[in-house]
Amino acid sequence: MDDRIAKAPPSGMALTANAWTAPFWDAAARHELLFPRCAECGRFRMPPTPFCPHCQAQGLDWVEPAGEAFLYSYTVVERAVIPGIEDSLPYVPAIVEFPAADGVRLITNIVGSPLGAIAVGTPVTLHWHDLPEGGALPVFSV
Amino acid sequence: MTAERTIRDRTAIVGVGATPYYKRGRSSPQTLDEMVGKAILAALDDAGLKPADVDGFAYFAGGFDTPMLTEMLGIPEIRFTATLTGTGGGSAGAVGLAAAAIVSGQADVVVVVGGNQMDALRFGAITASYPATPENAFFGATGLVGPGHMFALLARRHMALYGTTRDHFAEVALAIRENAVTNPRAVMHGRPLTREDYFAAPMIADPHCLYDFCLETDGAIAVIVTTAERARDLRQKPVSVLACAHGGARDWGRSIYWMNMPDAVFASSGHGIVAQRLYEQAGIGPQDVDGAQIYDHFSSQVILQLEDYGFCPRGEGGPFVGSGAIRRDGALPINTDGGQLSCGYVWGMTHVREAVEQLRGTAINQLPDPEVMLVTGGPSVLPVSGLLLRKS
Repeated sequence: MDDRIAKAPPSGMALTANAWTAPFWDAAARHELLFPRCAECGRFRMPPTPFCPHCQAQGLDWVEPAGEAFLYSYTVVERAVIPGIEDSLPYVPAIVEFPAADGVRLITNIVGSPLGAIAVGTPVTLHWHDLPEGGALPVFSV
Repeated sequence: MTAERTIRDRTAIVGVGATPYYKRGRSSPQTLDEMVGKAILAALDDAGLKPADVDGFAYFAGGFDTPMLTEMLGIPEIRFTATLTGTGGGSAGAVGLAAAAIVSGQADVVVVVGGNQMDALRFGAITASYPATPENAFFGATGLVGPGHMFALLARRHMALYGTTRDHFAEVALAIRENAVTNPRAVMHGRPLTREDYFAAPMIADPHCLYDFCLETDGAIAVIVTTAERARDLRQKPVSVLACAHGGARDWGRSIYWMNMPDAVFASSGHGIVAQRLYEQAGIGPQDVDGAQIYDHFSSQVILQLEDYGFCPRGEGGPFVGSGAIRRDGALPINTDGGQLSCGYVWGMTHVREAVEQLRGTAINQLPDPEVMLVTGGPSVLPVSGLLLRKS
């Protein structure tokens, strides 16, 4: 088994928000994972956008997703495509699915787990990765 | 009458021109405009036309500066200049944009041109070059730096759902390399690739290793589209635009930047709905296609497109390529010039060029008398596109 540990992703990307996405990042900074749910038809969507794709309503509730989350897919990045990220290798961009929240998915990272333990379909546990420039990213372990 | 609402066989590609394919950065001191100009002039010469005959431009992926091109090349009047939205997904579709302009009477001789020069910007890290926005905050912070990382997520899901393996990806890379080895235009001309080489290559974004990634190339390619009638009087044997479709489903949408596609669509190329419309428009099916130029930015995505275009059922793309089907002597020879993986990457335009040359009978790795060739553009964000060309 590959027992190298998945590292946190390279930092440096500024988290820019607008009126529709700010509640997600504000909650993340408090280490709370909140997803937008249509205030009319009650369906989750990610990422947050100004209209519900099912009923076109604009109102949102910000809700903590219930239930387990699972690893939907992932990639292990082992080479630096851009210079300056060598110290972050290997890192594991991943997609995590929340079946109890209409199956919405988060583009995220697996962090702190041995590479050999990472597999599609595995339940994952939420952690928070604080950014040096402020704010935090939701990340997961298997 | 539905016949009046189709572009089927009403236009033709009458000229093709290209610069050499340079390894990234080796095209200097030529400028990108200069390479685009050279490709256009070569395509016009091939057709027996002059700059004064051109009255339209149809682009994709941001396009080029039409006023600059008219000034530079001495094109007296432009009656149509338009660009498909999106990125490389529009490469095949830009020919349909030209056909739409011609069939609707807006222009007579339309240039479709693509080109890239990666002096400053490596496409492999293109995503990291985009400015921070509220939209890319949801994927950029995860270290998904380039498309190769993002498509690896689709490839991994396909492996998990259907049992596709790295052996299948290797077969795509090897089959396409074999075509480049005998093509003097190809960056990988004379450089065979073995399975041992493939599996010894550095892993870049698991499951994508070095040879699953396309080349980074400088170059430009132009084709000239005109009416079927005018095509008959020109220098080359015309290649008929049988059908062309672009677009895609909401369920695909921003795809690699969204990653919330429904499960059935996620591990696909996003081409399914476009492929269906393309075949309907053409009045043919996948069994009528003699060869295909499949957009191969990543080997895994070739397999997903073969499924979406109906050459095998969903999930069976791995075994399909494993059977030898995509080799030059197989049931569906693909990327006969060596593709973007091993010949050159010019935003998909190499595929249009190769399909035209196959149908003219002048290709370097000529197939035995093909009648119909498929060209695809994308997978990428919507639009993705497909083009069917046929021998006149």
